[in-house]
Amino acid sequence: MIKNVFSGSVDYVQILDETGNADQSLFPKELDDKTLVQMYKSMSFARAADAKAISLQRQGRLATYGPMVGEEATQVGSAFAMRPQDIFVPNFRQHGVFMARGYPLYKFYLSWKGYEEGGAQKDFKSTAVAVPVGTQMPHGVGVAFAQKYKKTGAVVVAYVGDGGTSEGDFYEAINFAGAMKVPLVSIIENNQWAISMPRSRQSAAETLAQKGIAAGIKCVQVDGNDVIGVYKVVSEAIKDASDMNPSLIECVTYRMGIHTTSDDPTKYRPDSDVEEWKKKDPISRMRAYLSKNGMWDDHLEERMVQDDAKAIDDAVAQADAFKPDPKSMFENVYSFVPDVLKDEEEKAIHSNFWQ
Amino acid sequence: MVTAINSALDIILKENDNAVVLGEDVGVDGGVFRVTDGLQKKYGEGRVIDTPLAESAIIGASIGMALEGMHPIPEIQFAGFMFLGYSQLVNHAARYRARTRSTMSVPMTVRVPVSGGIRALEHHSESPEAVYSNMGGLVVVEPSTPYDAKGLLIKAARMNDPVLFLEPTKLYRLFKQEIPEEDYEIPIGKANVVKDGDSLTIITYGTMVPVVQNAVKAKNADAEIVDLRTINPLDENTFIESVKKTGRALIVHEASASFGAGAEIAARIAEKAIYDLDAPVIRVASPSLPYPLPGYENYYVPNEKRVGEEIDRILSF
Repeated sequence: MIKNVFSGSVDYVQILDETGNADQSLFPKELDDKTLVQMYKSMSFARAADAKAISLQRQGRLATYGPMVGEEATQVGSAFAMRPQDIFVPNFRQHGVFMARGYPLYKFYLSWKGYEEGGAQKDFKSTAVAVPVGTQMPHGVGVAFAQKYKKTGAVVVAYVGDGGTSEGDFYEAINFAGAMKVPLVSIIENNQWAISMPRSRQSAAETLAQKGIAAGIKCVQVDGNDVIGVYKVVSEAIKDASDMNPSLIECVTYRMGIHTTSDDPTKYRPDSDVEEWKKKDPISRMRAYLSKNGMWDDHLEERMVQDDAKAIDDAVAQADAFKPDPKSMFENVYSFVPDVLKDEEEKAIHSNFWQ
Repeated sequence: MVTAINSALDIILKENDNAVVLGEDVGVDGGVFRVTDGLQKKYGEGRVIDTPLAESAIIGASIGMALEGMHPIPEIQFAGFMFLGYSQLVNHAARYRARTRSTMSVPMTVRVPVSGGIRALEHHSESPEAVYSNMGGLVVVEPSTPYDAKGLLIKAARMNDPVLFLEPTKLYRLFKQEIPEEDYEIPIGKANVVKDGDSLTIITYGTMVPVVQNAVKAKNADAEIVDLRTINPLDENTFIESVKKTGRALIVHEASASFGAGAEIAARIAEKAIYDLDAPVIRVASPSLPYPLPGYENYYVPNEKRVGEEIDRILSF
């Protein structure tokens, strides 16, 4: 006997198309004009701050940096869907989420200048930046478990890249989320490239979202360059997660820039590929939508660009003024300072190598 | 020792509502060594949690819980399987406090059975303490008696640090010891002088403590025995002072010799007490090769005879 014991499918959602026309039947009613303009401003700000970071790195004023240009809608749309109490779990590219949720900008620069103090973040609703790909996903499960355990009502939103979905930690985490029924929304920020490895060679799976089917959780794919679509899908997932139904969302976007400032994409991808995706740019399509509907014009754009530049320059100046204290390396390893570390610290001071 | 650890877990679960025990088979089954026996019945499925089988997610999820003010006590079933959670331990648990300048921390106590001598399957008998001590950030503790196990575990579960609590399987049921029923702590980061002596210092921990004690008794040696209790951070002062007094240092551990804790201890003695030495520092450890299948383990793990021979040798200088 053979019988079908399971079949699954994945929906794709798009509300705002490439030309800035919205599917009104899906448009989230709660998004008023003011919020829509804020979403646009937030995406533009993230792109400007990101560009500044690259420029600082090229001047030797920042350490290695992984830009997010092109992925603004995925990041800002999901950030706007989160409620104040919700917690996010980033990898290393969610700069737009940090900014949209009000992370102090100078600390963002300080962190990428290579100082741990930039990542010191009491009472900010996120875990720390996680560089080893995929390893942040199990943290998301634990943070979500704690919300359920303490009955806080908060939901956790964890981010992973397309490459990250090949990692064991990704599979372990979505499986745990389903089995333990924790309030976790996992977002795959599929930017098509894991350094030089294209999405097509990362997995034989037709969509990355369908990996959630194996974990027994809801899954959906959304146009990751459509800030309204991302907002809607993530908002619904947060609602489901509040009822202890975790889910997996694949945001289909594109890494318009380099993997990091150490990367040269001309070695592995044609410019024509980037040109194709430029037509789907998340910011220009939102600007087109706002302009068509009388919410935005060139004058407002000009003022925004000036305001953003000033805020960014101020933040950079504040980060530049930071004076590192090498003692902080020794004093923040354990809840106490062991004798062996005291000894090493004294030797370091004595030899004067800090000067 | 099983009863002592169970009693410590009971005390912690009772006093701290945010403490949870989690892992493979820790609930209904009470753990493969029965260490968590009865705890789920007493505290419920919400606090003594049977998880799916995935070591990295067990450690990773525990990190997430700890960041949110809980105190998870994950159990990894055997030392060999813990390497699947190694990335989470060293990349995240060990670094979180440093990378956030103490604004975030990972208070969790990872329990894992270690070491051999019980004729277990491959990957069930490793002694990985040095591996986890090398990069800093993880507190690594290994008790040698039921009394120590209870007091050290209670202390660990009250600290705001990630602690790796290594439980020597051979000592789980090797000998009985009366221990207080009530709550008590043993300091972490402090070694214990198990026996005073003047002619030789033996620095050891875990499974090798009873082996050393028997060898010393058999040889009637005037040896001072230092049980480290905490491997990282190392209590250097206790063994340096002892070696300065006795002039001889013998280091005994079950983990393999090369790059083991013994190498670190010997280097510190060389730096701080070399002019007090009457003999070379000698290490007794397992050979520098992977832990064998159980048929060969008696040829691999140091025993009383080997320790006795090295006691004779170091005293001959």
